[in-house]
Amino acid sequence: MPIPLLGLLLVTPALVIVLALFVVPLVSSITGAFAVDGKFGFANFHKAFELYSSDIVFTIVIISLSAVLIALLSIAIGGYLTLGSNPRAVAILRWLYRWPLFVPFIVVGQILRTFLAKNGLMNSMLMQLGILTPMQTTSFLDWRGIVIAFVWKQTPFVTLLLAGAMASLDRSMIESARNLGASRLRILIEIILPQVLPTLLVGLILSFVTMMSVLSVPLMINAQSPTMITASMAFRINAYGDYGVANALGVISLLTTSLVAWVYLRQTMREHR
Amino acid sequence: MRTTMIDLKWIPRALGLGLLAFAIFGPLTNLVLWAVAEKWYFPHALPLQYGFSYWVSVFSPRGNATTSLTMSVIIACLTVIFSIGLAVPAGYALARLKLPFRGAILLVLLIPQAFPNLPVYVNIARLFYQIGLNGTVVGVVLVHVTHGLVYAVWIATAAFSAIDRELEEAARSMGASAFRTFRDVTLPIAAPGLLASAVFVFLESLDEFTGTYFVGAPDISTLPLLLYTAGSGGNYQIASITALILLVPSIAFMLVIERFLRADVLSKVGR
Repeated sequence: MPIPLLGLLLVTPALVIVLALFVVPLVSSITGAFAVDGKFGFANFHKAFELYSSDIVFTIVIISLSAVLIALLSIAIGGYLTLGSNPRAVAILRWLYRWPLFVPFIVVGQILRTFLAKNGLMNSMLMQLGILTPMQTTSFLDWRGIVIAFVWKQTPFVTLLLAGAMASLDRSMIESARNLGASRLRILIEIILPQVLPTLLVGLILSFVTMMSVLSVPLMINAQSPTMITASMAFRINAYGDYGVANALGVISLLTTSLVAWVYLRQTMREHR
Repeated sequence: MRTTMIDLKWIPRALGLGLLAFAIFGPLTNLVLWAVAEKWYFPHALPLQYGFSYWVSVFSPRGNATTSLTMSVIIACLTVIFSIGLAVPAGYALARLKLPFRGAILLVLLIPQAFPNLPVYVNIARLFYQIGLNGTVVGVVLVHVTHGLVYAVWIATAAFSAIDRELEEAARSMGASAFRTFRDVTLPIAAPGLLASAVFVFLESLDEFTGTYFVGAPDISTLPLLLYTAGSGGNYQIASITALILLVPSIAFMLVIERFLRADVLSKVGR
C-alpha cells in the first residue's frame, strides 16, 4: 500500500469521531440557532436578547475580569519565579502555585461553595481573627464567587505556560539590565513581559474558551439571575426543551470566543510580517 | 541555616506566600472538614462533632457512591481503551508518515480546543436522543472519547516524534517488517508517553461533568453527577466525600507527572 494512503487510513478513525461528534454538532448548533419552525429566521436571537441580554453582558464582564486577574497573578508569580533572589522562597512558590491545576471544575465548585458561603470557613476564620463580627459576614456566592473560582483554577495553568516561557529567555539581557541598576519590577515589565506576551495570550485565550464552556461552576456557585449563559442554556433545555434559544445563546458564545481568537491571530500575523 | 541577623525581606515574602497558601489550601481544608463533619452550623468556626457515619452510608454496598464510582470507572476505562486505540495509529501517522492534507487534519483535531463545547454537547444530546443513545453507557463513552481523543492524539504524536528514527531504520535494515518494527521497537519506546496520555484521558473522563449531564443524566450517574445532585440537595457531607474521591487521583497524578509538566515538554505538544 502506498505510504500516503496508509497514513490517511490510520488517521481516518480518529478524524471520523471528531468530525461526527464535534464538528457536525457544532454546525448543527449554528443552523439550529437560525431555524424557526423549519425556516430561516432570527426569532431565536430576538428571544435570546430579550430574555438573556443581562446574562450575556454578565458572562462577558465576568470572564474578562477573570482573564485580567489571571493575567496579573500569573505575571506576578511567573516574574517572582524568574527573578526571585531567594532560592528557598522561589522553591516554596513553585511547589505552592500548582495545586489547583488538576482539581476538576466540579470539585472547585463544591469546595468554593462551602468556603465562600456566609457560614463558610473563610468568614469563620476572619471572625476568629477578630476582623469581622458575625453580623458583618456576607456570602461571596454571587458574581464574585464565579470570578474567584475561575481565577483559582486557571491561574496555575497560565502561570505554568508563562513561567516556562520566561525560564527559556536569554538571561544575559536580564543580567545586564540588573547590573545597570534597573529594579526587578522594571525588568519584568520592560524586558521580560514583551518577550513572553504571545505565550500569555495563548494561555488566556485557552482559559477564555474553558471559562465559556464550564457549566458546573455557575450552576453550583451562582444559581440566581443574572448568571453565566452556560447555565441559561442548560435551563432553556431542561425547563422548556427550547433548543432554538439555547443554540442562539451557543452561537453568541461561539462568536465571542472567535472574536477573541481572531484578535489574537491578527496580532500574531502582524508581528510576523 | 539560622543566622543571628534576621533577614527583614522574609516579612513581605512570608506574608505573600502565607496569603497564597491560605487561598489555595483554605478551600481544600474546608472540603476535608466537611467530609468528616457530623454536625456543623453557623457561627461555629469548626465542626461541632467529627465522625465517619456519612462515609459508611456513602460506601455501603447499596449506597449511591458505590454505584456511581463503579459507573465512573467503567466509563473511564472504556474511554481510555477507545481513545488510545484511535490515537496510537493517528499519532504515528502524523509523526512518521507522509500525509496528504496534514495541515487540514491537524486543524480538525484542534477544533475541539478552540470552541466552547457546551453548544456541542447540547446538540449531541439531541442527536443521541433520536438514535436512542441518550442515557446509555455507549453514548457517554462516545462523548468522553471525543473530548479525550484530542489530547491523546497530541500526546501520542509528540511521543512518536521524539523517537530517534535511526533505531527504526536499524531494525528495518536487519530485515524486520514495518509492522514488526513498530511493535518491537517504536511502541515500547513510546510507551511511557502513551501511558501518560492514557492516565490523562482517564482523569478527564472521571472528572467530566457537562457532557455526562446532557447525554447521561438521569439514567447514568457518575461521581461528578452524584456530587452535583448531593450538593444541590444541600447534603454537603456526601458532596464533599465525593469531591475528595475525585480529588485524590488528580493530585496523585499531579505529583507523579511533575517531571512531565516542564514547559519544554508542553511546548512540543500539538506541534
